[in-house]
Amino acid sequence: MQFDPFVIPFNIGLYFIITYVVVRCIIWFRDLSRPDKLRLQRGFFGKPFGESLKEIFLESLIHRKILKSNLRLGYMHMSLAFGWFLLIFFGTVEADVFGDHHLNAPYKAIFFRFFNPDHGRTGFESAYGFLMDLILAFILSGLLLAVTKRFYSRVVGMKKTTKLKITDRIALTSLWMIFPSRLLAESFTSGAYGNGSFMTGSLGAWFSTFLPVRELAYPFWWLYSLSLGTFFVLLPLTRYMHIPTELFLIFMRNSGIRTGDKPGTYSEVQTYSCSSCGICIDACQMSFAAGINTMQSAYLLKAIRKNDDVSHMAQNCLMCGRCDQKCPVGIELSPIRMIQRRMEDSENDFRTVYKGYFRSQQRPEPVKPVMPPSFGFIPEAEPKKVDVVYFAGCMSHLTPGIKNSMVKILNASGLSYSFIDEAGGICCGRPMMLAGLDREARELINLNSQLIWKTGARTLVTSCPICYKVFKESYYLDVEVLHHSQFIGNLIRENTVKFNFLRKRVVFHTPCELGRGSGVYDEPKEVLSHIAKLEKSKFEDQNSLCCGGSLGNLKIDSRDRIRIATQTAAELTKGDPDILATACPLCKKTLSAVTGTRVADIAEIAAEALVIPRQQRNIAKQIRIIKELADIS
Amino acid sequence: MNKHVIVIGAGVAGLEAAGQLSRAGIDVSLIEREKMTGGHLNDWFKLFPDRRDSREVKDYLEKFTNNDGIKLLAGIEIEKIINGRGGVKVTTSEGKELIADALIVATGFDLFRSSRKEEYGYEIYDNVYTSADLEKMFRKGKISLHNGKSPETIGIVHCVGSRDEKVGNLYCSKLCCVTAVKQAIEIREHLPESKVFCFYMDMRMGGAMYEELYREAQEKWGVNFIRGKVSEAGEDINNKVIIKVEDTLAGRPLKMELDMLVLMAGMEMSEGGRKIAGLAGLNAGENRFFAVTDQHYGSNRSSVKGIFFAGTCTAPMNITETISHSRAAATEVISYLNNK
Repeated sequence: MQFDPFVIPFNIGLYFIITYVVVRCIIWFRDLSRPDKLRLQRGFFGKPFGESLKEIFLESLIHRKILKSNLRLGYMHMSLAFGWFLLIFFGTVEADVFGDHHLNAPYKAIFFRFFNPDHGRTGFESAYGFLMDLILAFILSGLLLAVTKRFYSRVVGMKKTTKLKITDRIALTSLWMIFPSRLLAESFTSGAYGNGSFMTGSLGAWFSTFLPVRELAYPFWWLYSLSLGTFFVLLPLTRYMHIPTELFLIFMRNSGIRTGDKPGTYSEVQTYSCSSCGICIDACQMSFAAGINTMQSAYLLKAIRKNDDVSHMAQNCLMCGRCDQKCPVGIELSPIRMIQRRMEDSENDFRTVYKGYFRSQQRPEPVKPVMPPSFGFIPEAEPKKVDVVYFAGCMSHLTPGIKNSMVKILNASGLSYSFIDEAGGICCGRPMMLAGLDREARELINLNSQLIWKTGARTLVTSCPICYKVFKESYYLDVEVLHHSQFIGNLIRENTVKFNFLRKRVVFHTPCELGRGSGVYDEPKEVLSHIAKLEKSKFEDQNSLCCGGSLGNLKIDSRDRIRIATQTAAELTKGDPDILATACPLCKKTLSAVTGTRVADIAEIAAEALVIPRQQRNIAKQIRIIKELADIS
Repeated sequence: MNKHVIVIGAGVAGLEAAGQLSRAGIDVSLIEREKMTGGHLNDWFKLFPDRRDSREVKDYLEKFTNNDGIKLLAGIEIEKIINGRGGVKVTTSEGKELIADALIVATGFDLFRSSRKEEYGYEIYDNVYTSADLEKMFRKGKISLHNGKSPETIGIVHCVGSRDEKVGNLYCSKLCCVTAVKQAIEIREHLPESKVFCFYMDMRMGGAMYEELYREAQEKWGVNFIRGKVSEAGEDINNKVIIKVEDTLAGRPLKMELDMLVLMAGMEMSEGGRKIAGLAGLNAGENRFFAVTDQHYGSNRSSVKGIFFAGTCTAPMNITETISHSRAAATEVISYLNNK
């Protein structure tokens, strides 16, 4: 039996963390809803398990997504994760093949060279040793980047890096110590025995010329074991908890589990899966345009983990969804933020949280009962029966150019339609939802639903992506919901209405709620390229910017809004287009305040290009004559 | 040899500064991008608070500038400004180079472009006008709607583009309130049968004889002042303007049908001023007007040696204040030249 007391710290740490993670996963599993438990069970025996293994390999080890977006940062993560994995894997094989027993205890593999100092004499053994040295060098190169990033984040192409708390610092230091101490321990041992490969061997030989390497090796093996043990024991208190949790997350996601609107296992697992890589901070316009670096998703998740008060943080966000798109772990960041917003005045009088290693139930102050809002003063409308309902939305009423253009297009289409909020309407409910007031929003949704249902329409057209998203997702209506860009697109495709081609260069700004929020990317661009010369910008589709006017942020100062809007407008008008086109009244309003370029909604551009049918032109003339006659009499 | 000063802008501020310098025996080159001097005075018919003709003021200013000591370059843009050891060198759009010992920037203001406040429907609805449009009607002597008829109910919206976070102008333009009062009286004079409603946030009557004018508007002319900001305007089938507004004193929302809506556009840093800022390396302050070195005693000084400011290019001002500010600029320049 090969044993030495220095392996004890490592053993304690390893068995502690394994037990801890298993227990925690069991608790998480137990807290899942019944359908989610079934999903997970199905997943275990089906395709999701295999898919998860593949994803774990590609994302948790190779870090493919980070590599794609930022090569140096990806290399840093890959070298640490994949390198460490390779070191453990080949180390285990090495111990199994070259050790005196098969199926060794883990410490035998980790501290192989200590127990087999004479190893590496034959050709095959030295080739294997070369491989092990190569892997260690790979990890050390990544570590060098990580250490530099901590002090100078631009090295890996990041503008900002996350700030750390004290336990994170200790864990980080122990993590940083692991590989250098292994290198030194192995080098000293190699130096003492006159073997070792290109790195440990030559380093050992050099050390042995001026250091008592035989005596020095032993304390460094202790240091190596202590670093590992400390790191493992502190792991649950730090962001490195993402290492085991992420595996569970990937499996849960592939089994079909989603965040939903209440806190639960999945949102908690996601919260612990965040590695604080900081990619969301770099993607955030609050950071790079307004200079606010306190509320980004990585910080929010950390604050949730620490069980801090997050209400201000949760509300100080544009909800543009850029971070959701960029998160390499695929954490549903906006839904988690929405959960925090809803919890503000939630009726749940408790929630469970982890405090340190243990789980505790928290009972916040009971919330005062909220008086149900009453919209009794709104008169009951009796709308006429039509095929198409047009709902401009309150923001379009503040940008009358848009609703007037839509009326022109709808008239030209010859469809039977009703402009349902022509004399002012009821809010669609989305602003309340964004503030976390779902119940109040539901009242508005019911009122609007009744109104739309009474018209018997089959199609609902709206000019506002904010309304579009909520009509699409939260209304239970048997109508086809279209944003006006989709509606105009249909008119073009079916050739119902003819449009001229405008000799204007147009660049398109995808509104957050329409693009990332609802997945409508192509239709507006198809419409624009039909009626004008559409040009590309640096910020297209998923990577589009927020205009800054977002209803989602309940805390931002107007000057910061203007900063964001100014930068967005400047980026989009770099090619000096004739028109900066958008498909949202709020984006139009926000951007037109900060740029000299003409900002127009897609409906306005379409109305400009509209070929008015001959028939209607005659009618218009006759109406004018009748009006004039009436005035004379 | 005589000293030479360039004045950019021949509005109220530029004319006054040029006149003062010339009377002190300094050669002046007065550069104006428009063909005509007088700036915004040309667009305004009568001036508050005494409602004298704007031409009287213009005539006064031009009386001092029509002399040999002042060379007027009208209809000319500036292409380059170089501030060196030998003085300020200005290159005009005609390719001419002028060298001067000092430069006064008097680029004035632009009226807020009311179409930016789209919810009020300027340039969308037929019967929405700005205060400047109304002045043109006054000069013609006829207030008429799009269809040529006289309006019966007229609404005046204060603070269009002023004190408005959403358009990015947090400051008060301070002249629109008294302009609204003046124009309301003038409308009532022209159309004795009409009803005029002013929608205001606060009435800022902080000038000589302003408060008296405000009182006259209410007592003599029966103008209605409603405290509340207009939220949006619409148009009905008869081309009437429908506005939504909250009467914050009565605490109730209002919906009103008006024949005509007049927007009191605020003042903004002029586009020409921004161009000069870029050419001469001058800084803009918080409200995008030129930044002065000190609010109390340096309101004519720029951060660049030899360049001074006069008038509304630094902040909203009325004509009285503009003329005083320009005289101060002339004094600053003279003492600068004497100590050079």
